[in-house]
This record gives sequence, C-alpha cells and structure tokens, in this order.
Amino acid sequence: MVIPIEWYLVLSAFLFAIGAAGVLMRRNLFIVLFSIELMMNAVNINLVGFSRLHENLIGQNFVLFTMTVAAAEAAIGLAIVTALYRNRRTLMVDMFDVMKG
Amino acid sequence: MEFGFAEQIGFRALSLLTFLPSLGALIMVLFMRGRPSAYKATALVASLATFALSVYMLTAFDSSTAAFQFQENFVWIENFGINYHMGVDGISMLMLLLTSFLSVIAIIGSWNYVKDRELAFFASLLILETGMIGVFTSMDLFLFYVFWEVQLIPMYFIIGIWGGARRIYAATKFFLYTFTGSVLMLVATLAVVWWYGKESGALTFDILTLQNAGFPSNIQFWGFLAFFVAFAIKVPMFPVHTWLPDAHVEAPTAGSVILAGVLLKMGVYGMIRFCIGFFPEATVNAVPYIMVLSVIAIVYGAAVSLVQPDMKKLVAYSSVSHMGFVTAGLFTFNQQGIEGSVLQMVNHGILTGALFQMVGFFYERTHTREIKDYGGMARPLPIAAAFFSLFVLGSLGLPGLNGFVGEFLILLGVFQYMKVFAVIASLGIILGAGYLLWMYQRTMFGELTNEKWLSLKDLSAREVLTLVPLAAMSVVIGVWPGPFLEMLHAPSLEIIAKVEPFMAQQHSLVQMASTFLGGF
Amino acid sequence: MNYVLPLIPALPLVAFFITLFLGKWWLKDSAHWIPILAMAGSFVLSVAAFLAIRGEEHAMVVELWRWIPVGDFQVPIAFQLDQLSSVMLLVVTGVGTLIFIYSKGYMHGDPGYYRFFAYLSLFAFSMLMLVLGANYLLLYLGWEAVGLCSYYLIGFYYHKPSAASAGKKAFLTNRVGDFGFGLGVMLIFVTFGSLDYLHVFEAVEHGGTSEGILLAIGLLLFMGAMGKSAQFPLHVWLPDAMEGPTPVSALIHAATMVTAGVYMVARSSVIFASAPTAMLVVGAVGAFTAIFAASIGLVQNDIKRVMAYSTVSQLGYMFMALGIGAWIPAIFHLVTHAFFKALLFLGSGSVIHSLGGEQDMRKMGGLARKIPFTYWTLIAGAFALAGVFPFAGFWSKDEILGMNFKGGGYIIWAVGLIAAFITAFYTFRLIFMTFWGESRMDPEVEKHVHESPWSMVVPLMVLGVLSVGAGALLGIPPEGGLFAKFLEPVFEPANQILGVHHEAFAAIDVILMIVSLAVALSGVALAYVFYVRRPDDLPQKAGAISQPLYKAVLNKWYIDEIYDATIIRLTIDGSRWLWRVVDAGVIDGAVNGVARLWDIAGRIVSPFQTGRVQNYAVVMFVGLFVIVTAVIVF
Repeated sequence: MVIPIEWYLVLSAFLFAIGAAGVLMRRNLFIVLFSIELMMNAVNINLVGFSRLHENLIGQNFVLFTMTVAAAEAAIGLAIVTALYRNRRTLMVDMFDVMKG
Repeated sequence: MEFGFAEQIGFRALSLLTFLPSLGALIMVLFMRGRPSAYKATALVASLATFALSVYMLTAFDSSTAAFQFQENFVWIENFGINYHMGVDGISMLMLLLTSFLSVIAIIGSWNYVKDRELAFFASLLILETGMIGVFTSMDLFLFYVFWEVQLIPMYFIIGIWGGARRIYAATKFFLYTFTGSVLMLVATLAVVWWYGKESGALTFDILTLQNAGFPSNIQFWGFLAFFVAFAIKVPMFPVHTWLPDAHVEAPTAGSVILAGVLLKMGVYGMIRFCIGFFPEATVNAVPYIMVLSVIAIVYGAAVSLVQPDMKKLVAYSSVSHMGFVTAGLFTFNQQGIEGSVLQMVNHGILTGALFQMVGFFYERTHTREIKDYGGMARPLPIAAAFFSLFVLGSLGLPGLNGFVGEFLILLGVFQYMKVFAVIASLGIILGAGYLLWMYQRTMFGELTNEKWLSLKDLSAREVLTLVPLAAMSVVIGVWPGPFLEMLHAPSLEIIAKVEPFMAQQHSLVQMASTFLGGF
Repeated sequence: MNYVLPLIPALPLVAFFITLFLGKWWLKDSAHWIPILAMAGSFVLSVAAFLAIRGEEHAMVVELWRWIPVGDFQVPIAFQLDQLSSVMLLVVTGVGTLIFIYSKGYMHGDPGYYRFFAYLSLFAFSMLMLVLGANYLLLYLGWEAVGLCSYYLIGFYYHKPSAASAGKKAFLTNRVGDFGFGLGVMLIFVTFGSLDYLHVFEAVEHGGTSEGILLAIGLLLFMGAMGKSAQFPLHVWLPDAMEGPTPVSALIHAATMVTAGVYMVARSSVIFASAPTAMLVVGAVGAFTAIFAASIGLVQNDIKRVMAYSTVSQLGYMFMALGIGAWIPAIFHLVTHAFFKALLFLGSGSVIHSLGGEQDMRKMGGLARKIPFTYWTLIAGAFALAGVFPFAGFWSKDEILGMNFKGGGYIIWAVGLIAAFITAFYTFRLIFMTFWGESRMDPEVEKHVHESPWSMVVPLMVLGVLSVGAGALLGIPPEGGLFAKFLEPVFEPANQILGVHHEAFAAIDVILMIVSLAVALSGVALAYVFYVRRPDDLPQKAGAISQPLYKAVLNKWYIDEIYDATIIRLTIDGSRWLWRVVDAGVIDGAVNGVARLWDIAGRIVSPFQTGRVQNYAVVMFVGLFVIVTAVIVF
C-alpha cells in the first residue's frame, strides 16, 4: 500500500507545530534547540514524502544534506549553549536580553 | 624636454609617497609587537622617508606650470570609469610638504606621550598620513573620496582612544560633523558623475575631465552647495566650527598638531579643487556670502579666543579665526588673495601645529591646561618660553615671521575685493594680538602661581628638536617667502582664469553687498 | 654704499644672535661687548653714509632681494639712503651707542644681563630697518619689530605683573594704531600699484590722485603714528612703559622708537602736503597732546613718569610742526629731543641707580652735592627741555613755535607757548625736588647714595655736551642753519606742493625768540618759587584750590579708567557673550539638539527591541501567518 502524501503532510505539520510551539514557548535553551531539530525533521519528512510522490531522488538527497548540516548545527549550538551556561549559570532564554533597546 | 631621473621615477613617486607610511605601519604591526623602541624607530623612519621623498620631489617639481605633475593613471573599476589617477600641482605639492613635515614632528613630539597601546597609536598616525597624502594627490573623484574617508578613521581613533576625559563625545562629534559633510559630498559626486555620464555617454570620475565639463546652472548650484558644506565643515567655517574646539581639547598632542596642521587644510584644498574647479559659476555667485562668513569667522573666532580659560581651546578657536583669513583670501579671486591664502595654510599649519605641540609639552609637565594654573613659567622654563613667544608672535602676524606674509597678502586681496571687509578683518588682527599676548602674559610672565612649577624641567633635546624645524620654517617663510609663492603663481592664475568669465555678473552682487553694508 | 648700507642693520642683528645663543652659558657678564662694538660699528658706517649722501640730490636705493613677489605686488627688501634716513641713522646709532655703554653700568649684575643686551641689539636692528627701509612694507616691518622689542624690554622684569601687563598694553595700543597703518599701506598699494617710497611720491607729485584718497591715506598712516608716537588718544601706553629698565626708557621710549611716527609723517611729507586736511589733523592732535600730556606731567611724583609725559608732550610738538609743514624743524626737534631726553632719562636712571631703585621724587631731595656729575648733566638737559637760550631745545622748539606764528596758526602757537611754560615748570620741579632742598630720603637709602660708575657718567657727559651745543651749532640761523641746509633736498617736493618760500631771518624772529625765552624762564621761576622758596605750603595750597582739576590731572584725566570701562569691558564681555551664548548656546545647542532628537526617536521605538529571541520569533510567526493567510484569501 502506498502511503498517501496527506499522511506525510499531516505528520510533518504536527511535528512542525510542536517544534514551533517549543521554540516560542519553552524557556530552557536545550529544549529550544531540540524543538528546532524537531522542526527541521518535520521539513525532512515533507521532503521524503514528496520525493516518493514524484519518484525523484533529489528530495532524499536533500534530506541527507539537511541532516548533516543539522548535526553540525547541533554541535555548534550545544557548544554555544555550554559556553553560555559557563558564563551566565543559567539556560533560561528570557534571561538573555542583552540586546534590549 | 629631456627625461631626467625625476621623470623616470616620477610615474610611481606619488604612490610610493602615499603608501610608504602605511607600509611602515604594516611592518610595525606585523613584526614589532611589544618592542617599543623598534616600532617607534620604524614609525620615525617611515615618516622621515616620506618627508625626504616629498622634498626630493620638490627638487624635480616644475613650478612654472599649472599642469599636474608626477601623474600616474591606471584603470581601477572600468565599468564606472574609476581610475587610480594621481598627480600634483603647486598647491598640492605645498600641502604634501606640509603634511609629511608635520607628521615627522608629530611622531617625534609624541615619543613618550602615550602610555597605552603605543603601537596602535603610531600605526594610526602613519595610516592617517597615508590618508592625508592621498587626499592631496588624488585626481580621481572616487579615489579622493576613498582617501577622504580613510583619514577620518584613524583620527577618530586617535581622539577616541588616546584623548582626554570627554574623548568619546569629542570623537563622535568630530566624526558625525565630518561624516555629514562626506555624505553630502558623496551624493553630489554621484550626481555630477551621473550627469556627465548622461551627457557624454561614458561615466568618469576623472577630476580634470569633470573640471571642464561645464555643468548647467542647477547642477552647479546644488553641487556647489553640497561640496561647499562638506568642505566648510572641515575648514571649519563659521557656523559649523563647534566640533573643532572639542576635538582639539580632547585630542592627544599629535592629534591636535595634525588636525590643525593638515586636516583643516583639506577643506580649503577641496574648495579649490571642487567648488571652484567644478562649479566656477556657482562659486562666483556665492562669493559675497562666503566673504561674510569668513569675516565673521575672523572676528568671532578671535573674540571667543580672548575669553577662553583653557590654553588648547584658545588655540583651537584661534584656528577658526585664522582659517577665516584663509577662506576670505581664497575667494577674493585675485592673485594676492589666493596665494596669500594658500601660503597662510602652510603658515597656520606650522604655527598652530607648533602652538599645540608646546601646549602639549606644558601639559605633560603640569597636567593642566587651564591658563589660571600657569603664571611665571618663564622662570623654570626659559627655553620653552622663548620658543612659545616665537610662535605666538608668528601667529599674531609679526612681520619677519611667516604669519605676516600670508595675512598681509590676504588682507591686500580682500582690500582689493571690498575695503569694508578688509577693515573688519583687520580688527581680527588687533584681537589676535590681544588673546595671544594675554595668554602669553598670564602663562609665562608674572609671579609663579605654583611653587611646584619651580622643579619643572625645561625642554628636553627631543622636544627642542621638534620645535627647531618649525621655528626655522617660520623665520624662513617670513623673510624669504619667494620660493613658496613661486609654486603658487601658476595655479593661482589658473584659478583666476577659471572664474574670470563669470566675474562680470558677480560685480552686481558685490555692489549689492556693498550698498547693503554701507559701502566704503 | 651697496655694502655699507645693509651692514648698518646687519651688525646689531648679528650681535643679537650671538648674544642670545651664547649669552647665557658663555658670555655671561661680558655680554655687553659684542652689542656695543656692533652698535659703534653701525655708528661709524652711518657717519660714512652721512658723508656720502651730503649734498646729493637723489636718494640711493640698494635692493637685496624680493621679499614678497605676488603678481603686480612686488615688495623688495631694499634700503634707501637720503638725508632724512641719514639723520635718523646718526641719531639711532649715536644715541644708541651711548645708551649701550650706559647699560653696561646700569644693568650690571642683573640676572638677565645677556638677555637685555640681546633685546637691545634686536631693537637697534629693527629701528635701523625702520629708518632704512625703502618702502612702506619695510617701514611696517621695522615698525612692528621695534614694537616687539619694546614689548620685551618693557616686560624685562617679567616676574613683575605690572611690567608684564605694561608690555602687553604697549603692544596692543600700538596694534590699534597699526590697524590704521596697515590699511593705509594697502590703500597706497591699491592706489599707486607700488609701495616704494620713490615711486609713490613721484606719483603723488605728478598729481591726478584724488584728494579724498590722499586724505584717507594720510589719516590712516597718521593713526599708526599716533600709536607709536603716543599721541592722544593712544598715548596711554607710554607712561606705563616706564616699567622697563631706564636705559630702555631712554633709548626706546624717548630718543628713537617713539619718534618713528614723526619720521613716518616726515617721510610721507609729499602725501601729507597734498592733503591739507590730514595736516590739519596732525597739527591739531599734536598741539592737543602737547598741552594735555604736559598738564599730567605737572603733578606726577614718579621721576620717570614725569619724563614719560614730557616725552609725549614733546612728540606733540613735533607733530604740531609737521601739521604746518615745518618738516625740518620737526626733525630738528626730534634730534635735539633725542639728545636731551635721553640725557634726562639716563640722568634719572643714574639718580635711581644711586638711590638703589627709588623713583618717587617725594623721597629724594638734596642730591646735588652727593652726585654732582649726574646733577650737572641733568641741569643741562633740563634747560634744554625747558627751552632756555642757548640750549639745544630752545632752537628747535622756537623754530616750531615761530613757524606756527608766521604761518598764521596763532591758536596752535598759543597752545604751544602754554605747553612750553608748563614744560619749564615741571622740568624744574623735577630738578628742585630731586636735587635741591632738604633730603627726604629714607636714612637707610641715604647711607648708600653713591655716584654712578664711569660707564654711566661718560655717556651722560657726552649727551650733556650735545644738549648744550647741538642746537646752536646746527640751528643758527633759525630755518637756515646747517641742519636745514642738509635736509632741504628731501623736503623740497613737499614744500613745492605747499608753496612754501624760504624767508630770511627777520626782526619778527627775534621777537618770537624773546617771547618764548621769557615764557620758559617764567616757568623756571615759578617752579623755583613753588619748590625752593615755599615747598612746604604752596604746592599743597595750589592743589587744594583746584581740587577737582588737580585730582583729574593726577589720575591722568581718567583716560585709562575710561578705556577700561568702555572698550576693554565691552570687548571682554561681548566675547564672553559670544562664547557662552552664541557658541555654546545657539550653535552647539542646535548641534546637540539634533543629536538629542535622534536620541528621543530612539527612545520611542526601542521598547520594541526586548532582546528576547522568542518575542522576535513570535512576531515573525504571526507576521508569516498573516501574510500567508492574506495571500491565500485574497
């Protein structure tokens, strides 16, 4: 049975919404980072789904790229978070408002 | 015409001159971190070499023509008609000499002045020198603009990092004032280039080409206004002068020397090249207003100097007055006025540079610049007092010293233009004697105000070394200005020829102004 | 002459540099030798110049180099030798040499000994440039340079605040005069296209220049002369200039520099002769100053101040003479005045020296026997100043008065006569108060009274001889003596313009001589009554009777106070207003106002910048949502 494209889309929409909500609402920087990963994976699912629909491997190629970049990004992100924690002894996002006007 | 050595090196001499100081700075920064004696020596050598080269160029310079010499011209950005084009005429040659001369003085003078980030300080001075020389040698509008901005940045840092207590305020004010002008200039530059490109079909930033473009009246008017404001801020003319006292008071000694000695001259130089060069018609029409502003600056600057409690601020305001003479002389458009004006730029550079240098020396000893804290300093510091008196006298226009030659020529020019202005400007000379002598009396003469001062050391050999060349130049130009004026004959005649065709209509304005002022 | 002429000013210049640079460490107490020798050398050369120019019709001009060459404005460094400059040369170098020698004794032991001689040499150089220059710009150069030296020398004791401000006052007052002089020079150039004397005068003689312009030139030049020669209302600096050492007062503020104004007007005689109104002004200012300054001199107690006011007054005489075209008598008086006033100053200096610095005449008295050389030479000077026959001053002063009378200037003649009376009175008041009567000295001072050293006395004696004899030698017969004959070629053109004819000596001259002699003697006699016969009550009584007048005169007619309250106050307050209100208030206010405007704008919008990433993200999402919805719906 071919899984219809809508299923992919609904799943990815849910995942993206969860991720977006996490980015917007959670205060812990780690959770925010994870939420970003979640959004990224939602997009990946979309890519894979359309790749199957169009029977075109470019989408899957792209996912591999994204995952690589995401890994790198996660590494840098975690490094920054660690550095931030060392400096400020907190990971609550709303405490980082140095750029307040 | 035979091609001597000058012609052979000629095609690269200006580039070498321009970038030699920066090269020195680069070497210092790359290889000499943490070795003060080494990088200071490098800075000195770089500036001395630049000065030597400029003097050498002088020997190869042909003062009988107004044509640009030592030209070098390379395509830079072809699509926009931007070239790397350099060259000098008599006026810029004099300015080059002044720049490289004062840079050497400034570097020797601040040998032990800064304690903090010394390497960066000397590197900034050298980069600044590159910027200044570039401004005076550019023959391409774009190149000129680049150098114009380049010299702004090191100066900003020199004031902002090594300055006094209110240095941030002063540096920001200096930067914003100048930058406002620069932006106007940029817009006008683009407008001018765009118009000429539309007319001739090819974009060009070449100054000589644009000088012969013959812009229509409306472009002339707006273009003139934008360029003029940009340069008037730099000069500075009344009423856009208020950045100057703040910048001077806060700047370190070397910064003040260069600022007063060279940077202000770039404004007048720009007026000569661009306002008069590009927009002679608009310039001629603006002359009465410029004259009024200049004469106000002369008297106003002198009057305000009279009541300054701070020595450095006093000298700064005196610059406003002296630069008023310069602009007044330039726009008389007769030979005496123009040559006097350019010569006075050199004189002012020497004398005011020297005065700032001396105030710096006093400050290093006493850590105060308030006139009332001084008094009777001639006793502990006789040599300093002697030099100080020489520069004060030069500055107040004593015949036999350089200030007089320029000032008298300018007044003579203004007198021929309109007598009333000369009369008012002469009042500035009386006031000039007033504030300078009063300051001298209150600082050097009288009883010692502070017993501590008795233990002060008189000028060291190094300090004397910075002052002797300035004093010597002051005397030389005072008694034998001929060679200097000789270089200005051809360019000044060129300027007159440029504005001559428009003078007829200017006379009506003069008459208007003179009836307005009650005539003489 | 080509080599001799430039050498005359060059010698003192060289002496200046040597003394300045080597004086402190090397020459020290022998710093006087080089300047004195240089000055004597200049004197010898001046004599040579005098011999060369005697009887010559035309001036000699030596050009050294082009000083300021710009287009049609060509000013050379050039020297002009004619009879007028020759006379000035002799006076400057002659009196100068004597005063240099005198200074050796007077300044002995001063910590600034070398500095003093360096300044004096520089002064000599400048003064010689002034009289030798062949164009108005060189005159201006010398003019300012002597002013500078005067500034330094007045302020020689710079640690004294009064000396320092006196120097400044002198320079500034002169600058006010030079304001006019400078403009005059420019007007000359614009009118005649040159600044060379010969060229300008020829053009004026040629005619065709409008009288208005000549009048303007004349008045502007005279403004400079008023400053330098301390004529009312620019006379205020000269009395204060007495803060300088006495040799300076003698050389600069009596014999040479202050006469530069007279020299300038005489030099420009052709211009003034062509502008009668200008001459009238010159004469009127001179006459007024003569009597005005004399009135102040009447009541001063400082011995040098009496001399200073007397100098102002005598300079007034010279201008009075110039005002009626009596060029030669003016220069004649300049010369005799240089002799006797230098003598009087040096004599007073000798008195001050022997009293260890005391200048107040009320604390002197009875000195005649203690310092006889000084006394007798001073007597000669006093008679000369008072204009008593046959001393030098008599001849020159009488010529001035006589020519005024004969020229129809009866008012000026009368004013001059009154001034002569006052002069005789205060001169002998000085003599009597200082040398006669009882001693009023502090006992401490009295013990140390001594005759001055030879280096001071010898110049006094030479000047004494000149004060006695020079007038008669050069001035007989009046208006036709050796002096007049010698100077005639210089003033010939001016006299032609004025239409002056030389008149033979006549009975009227004798009568006038007797009148002026009588006036002078009665002045001396009155002083005798006041200060020798009844010194204890008469001066006080006279002062009491004319109380308000006496006070006004004692306070120099309040001129200084008026200047302080008006011009100086206004300038300072006005400048302060410009600074505080216009500069800091209006202009900088506007600049900072613009900056503040942006600041306020920033404050309004900056709350939107919370600094929290999540807020930004919410806004982005909402915005995205709105835009996407809008795209889909519409």
